[in-house]
Amino acid sequence: MIASGFDITVCVLLCLCALAAVTGRDTFRAIVFFIVYGLLISVAWLRIDAIDVALAEAAIGAGLTGVLLLGAFGQMGSADTMAREPRGAVLIALVAGAGIGAAVLFAVQGLPPEGAGLTAEVLAQLEASGVGNPVTAVLLNFRGYDTLLESIVLLVALIGVWSVASETGWGERPGIVHHARAGGTLQSFGRFLPAIGLVIGAYIVWAGSSGPGGAFQGGTVLAAVAILTILAGLVDAPRVTTRWLRWALVMGPGVFLGVALLGLFGGAFLVFPQAVAYPAIVAIEIVLTASIALTLVLLVLGPPREAPQ
Amino acid sequence: MILDAITMVLTLGGLAFFAAGTLGLLRFPDTHSRLHALTKADNLGLGLIVLGLALQAGTPGNAIKLVLIWALAMIAAGTTAQLIARSALVSNLRKDDGDRTR
Repeated sequence: MIASGFDITVCVLLCLCALAAVTGRDTFRAIVFFIVYGLLISVAWLRIDAIDVALAEAAIGAGLTGVLLLGAFGQMGSADTMAREPRGAVLIALVAGAGIGAAVLFAVQGLPPEGAGLTAEVLAQLEASGVGNPVTAVLLNFRGYDTLLESIVLLVALIGVWSVASETGWGERPGIVHHARAGGTLQSFGRFLPAIGLVIGAYIVWAGSSGPGGAFQGGTVLAAVAILTILAGLVDAPRVTTRWLRWALVMGPGVFLGVALLGLFGGAFLVFPQAVAYPAIVAIEIVLTASIALTLVLLVLGPPREAPQ
Repeated sequence: MILDAITMVLTLGGLAFFAAGTLGLLRFPDTHSRLHALTKADNLGLGLIVLGLALQAGTPGNAIKLVLIWALAMIAAGTTAQLIARSALVSNLRKDDGDRTR
């Protein structure tokens, strides 16, 4: 009774937040509601015991995307109100949205009430995957190409951000220079939090092989730590032409691809023989975490800027 | 049974602080008093809820994790409150200067 009341409340709040995010012409308001929407979605994932997805949604969907949107908003200057859409476009969007909603409802109605999906198959093959967490087994073994492509997409996004750098800014440090009062609140926070953040980030990655966690969730925590130290003016972001930075960025997808190609000897692309599956997955997770964390930091910092004269 | 009752009292107390903090955030006139309302909700509201939940955590490990969440949230909230208050102060001073020169 209380549980279904809670679920209904979350669903209603989700719908209201979604509505508030897409209607209205105040960009800042839309971003704030988008972030709240992401947090509520992760609560919804928790309610159906999808802790991995909830973690990813809270870290990336609400946290990181929110920061990216706020950063973009900060650069927009005075153009912060959206132009009024033509009425035809609103109508088309309404009809399309209602259509998709109806189709999803119809599809959900048609699902078998119990045991839908591939849960039984995944659990039956879990032994062969090399890891104990079924979600990690799916993401890095059974459907590894999803994760491989995701890591490459992140890299492509960063290349997109860097490609809008100005001619004179190229080769400089990304983002603006941050000044914080020496010994002030932000600097103290920036010195204190990494000690905890690094442990939690590393733990989430390591836990991914046997419980909820993984490279994307842990990488986001590590990225947040790095961004905080840069915001606090404790560390300078590396120049975009730095050699170690370039290598570290491609290392994750590169190692993943390499291991996938080695699978050709064992049978097929992306096939890990059971004997080496566990070390292979852990190795991929670790390098992938480093690459993801660095990519996210650089995405948030933005394109390199001209050095101050 | 008694434990459940204590949990209920504590979490209800936490909710009351959150409700009051939200009301203050919506109704108070300026940034600094709104921050004042918000930080009370963060510290005491979350603290009471965490205390109530820690009684239900089962193992001491889980209870410590809950308390750690409270501590981290408090540090983060305190830091952001300081930063917002400072930037509000600076922008208010600038606005006053602008008024005077006009």
